[in-house]
Amino acid sequence: MKVNLKIWRQKNAKTEGKMVDYTVDGVNPDMSFLEMIDVLNEQLVNKNEEPVAFDHDCREGICGMCSMYINGRAHGPLHGTTTCQLYMRHFKDGETIYVEPWRAKAFPVIKDLVVDRSGFDRIIAAGGFVSVNTGQAQDANAIPVEKADAEKAMDAAACIGCGACVAACPNSAAMLFVSAKISHLALFPQGQPERDLRALNMVNQMDAEGFGNCTNIGACEAECPKEIKLTNIARLNRDFLVASLISE
Amino acid sequence: MAELNSKIPSGPLADKWSNYKEHSKLVNPANKRKLEIIVVGTGLAGASAAATLAELGYQVKAFCFQDSPRRAHSIAAQGGINAAKNYKNDGDSVYRLFYDTIKGGDFRAREANVYRLADVSRNIIDQCVAQGVPFAREYGGLLDNRSFGGAQVSRTFYARGQTGQQLLLGAYQALERQVGLGNVKMYSRHEMVELVTIEGKARGIIARNLVTGQLERYFGHAVLLCTGGYGNVFYLSTNAMGSNVTAAWKAHKKGAYFANPCYTQIHPTCIPVTGDYQSKLTLMSESLRNDGRVWVPKSKEDAKAIREGKKKPEDIKEEDRDYYLERKYPSFGNLCPRDIASRAAKEACDDGRGIVPSGLGVFLDFSDAIKRLGVDVVKARYGELFPMYQNITNEDPLKTPMKIYPAVHYTMGGIWVDYELMTTVPGLYALGEANFSDHGANRLGASALMQGLADGYFVIPYTIANYLSSEIFVKPIPTNHPAFNEAEKEARERMTQFLNAKGKTSVEEFHKRLGKIMWEYCGMARNAEGLTKARKLIQELREEFYKDVRVLGSIDELNPDLDKAGRVADFIELGELMVIDALNRNESCGGHFREEYQLEGEAKRDDANYAYVAAWEYKGVGADPVLHKEELKYENIELQVRSYK
Repeated sequence: MKVNLKIWRQKNAKTEGKMVDYTVDGVNPDMSFLEMIDVLNEQLVNKNEEPVAFDHDCREGICGMCSMYINGRAHGPLHGTTTCQLYMRHFKDGETIYVEPWRAKAFPVIKDLVVDRSGFDRIIAAGGFVSVNTGQAQDANAIPVEKADAEKAMDAAACIGCGACVAACPNSAAMLFVSAKISHLALFPQGQPERDLRALNMVNQMDAEGFGNCTNIGACEAECPKEIKLTNIARLNRDFLVASLISE
Repeated sequence: MAELNSKIPSGPLADKWSNYKEHSKLVNPANKRKLEIIVVGTGLAGASAAATLAELGYQVKAFCFQDSPRRAHSIAAQGGINAAKNYKNDGDSVYRLFYDTIKGGDFRAREANVYRLADVSRNIIDQCVAQGVPFAREYGGLLDNRSFGGAQVSRTFYARGQTGQQLLLGAYQALERQVGLGNVKMYSRHEMVELVTIEGKARGIIARNLVTGQLERYFGHAVLLCTGGYGNVFYLSTNAMGSNVTAAWKAHKKGAYFANPCYTQIHPTCIPVTGDYQSKLTLMSESLRNDGRVWVPKSKEDAKAIREGKKKPEDIKEEDRDYYLERKYPSFGNLCPRDIASRAAKEACDDGRGIVPSGLGVFLDFSDAIKRLGVDVVKARYGELFPMYQNITNEDPLKTPMKIYPAVHYTMGGIWVDYELMTTVPGLYALGEANFSDHGANRLGASALMQGLADGYFVIPYTIANYLSSEIFVKPIPTNHPAFNEAEKEARERMTQFLNAKGKTSVEEFHKRLGKIMWEYCGMARNAEGLTKARKLIQELREEFYKDVRVLGSIDELNPDLDKAGRVADFIELGELMVIDALNRNESCGGHFREEYQLEGEAKRDDANYAYVAAWEYKGVGADPVLHKEELKYENIELQVRSYK
């Protein structure tokens, strides 16, 4: 099959970018979207043109590095899928495909489709952990956890930190990302001692990074490749409220 | 050259590690604050080491090439992590995990290291649970286990099909906590491109800031390489696209011996190759072999009919199927170790009984498990794996068998280290997959996560103090020292060379060609003739690469192609060493199968002549490396022919 691409090209953070047209022929429907971009880049190099820069690593949908905004949707048209796990069989022959980077104030473009998501790391550094130094742990089975809670915690912990939630949100809010970590740890006994402080610190850091506010639109849940639920945001709001009241 | 000193502590096997800890030197808290440690790589080994060393009070600088330390490739490990907890009451013990690991490694690993690994495995689970890692649990609230290849007990802890992700996030969160506290300075999107040695000791690195392109200098009293394996030398592997050997290879060129490079693990359950455009191969967790049965048709005619789409797997009657693993290895069946399962798949396909159009694929069938357990239980047990397979192949494994074939997955070889994880360069350490130490010639499933975390959380924090205690008077060396100038110059010249070659062939194309040579001559089966030929082909490829590579853009910007050129150049040199090592080892063991050395299709070891670690010393590009042998002494177990029958 053949596809027409309109891809965002931007030399660096300081210059302006624009959409550039490309055509890729001989696309195999079993190719992943990124493999199709590989083919394009190979063509560009052969023509002495600079290849398109994009983030990618594991290509198994788990590292969270790939991040393309395809036809107006984070990670493209398929629900519950990362860009690297999107296959060309989901596009039509001759289709025109728009490819852009994540767009959010807190995710500045570095080059082409590559953005800076280090704000997520700083949010985790502000409180997304259990403070336990190596060597202090008791026997693992000394802390029983109800199976249902463990399953819910695992659902939240499945977040890959890709930032699709931010890219999809009209407010560029990071609430789904933050709430996934809050929920994961709040559902475990191990997470209780720091529960209030964690909610306060992570939310404060989120605001400091310039992420927007949540207005319950739900685009984050709809586009999340790991199908993280909005109920996590409810839990975050509750924890944050409780923590704010206690801290006053 | 002096003989390799593995520094294995004396005393009975079970007491060696506690004896070591009780007698090794310490660094007091005030002095720890003055000592700087560089950690390269933030996978399980790197993140756990960086976090733990920072908790102890050292000043840590951590580096990763990804945009966040959370993305290191440990994250992709699916199945689980082994630990000798014996929670199942099924006869597990530290000794049994130790023995299974040595045997699984085909008696080519160091006893003392492996025993220590088995011993600390229990602490790892405790630590991870305390961090909030969401391991699978039973209804009583306690931890669940499953069985894995190469073992007859259930000792594998897991978090759905995302165990690596959850363990890495635990270590990453511990690391970020230390970043927040100011004890770790984190450098994401930085790639180590040169090691700096001063008076024979590791004293720093040159790292390329991948965003600005700048070459930056960093000093450390010690340097830890936690940079993973080199499976991408084969181009197609289950490794992440960015996984590379560059940091380890630069260290090798600066004096660190490289051990057993030919020991590579070909994982039996991956999605088969379908086309030339393919950029990587996807692993389907070994845990699937718990419930999946591997088979091909008994007759070549049936296999041909399936390949041509004239028959479906369901059309093949039970008695016409060859469940070859169950047939050949009745006591372990589908759960035999990876190297054995891979070779058996190759054998079936070489016999003309492969079931995908290329001929290189076998079935992994869940229909019996679904009959026995019901669809819901099977689905719950394998979480993300089934949808992932369906998404890639457009086939539903609940309805029709999976198609699988072996693919390069892990490298047991790596930088040579002693018992303290120190390389042959003082002050330079290698942890996790980057070192060679624990898995011998074949790694058992669910043991990579165990080793990465053991090295980072529980080994290096003790052993590094034994070295740093004598470094407390060394003031931080300014990075304008001539050794830093020289190292930066080397790195810059190499990059300029790639940009100036202005050839016609892309980096990607060279990488593919190297991969084809490696897979054909140094893959699942090797022989002297092929290896000799491969060395020549690799040398020719190397010359062509420097003349004809085309890298666009400049050095002073984000330039993924330039980064990749450096990685491929190093893979080419490593490939040659792998071939030399494979040619030197005139025996078959674990993942190294030399066709000349087999007994009824099984690997034939030569303990009299090859019970040693081959540690290679670098002597220049294209020059013959020098072999140093570390004899493997088995004081506690008897060398046996490995049997899973």
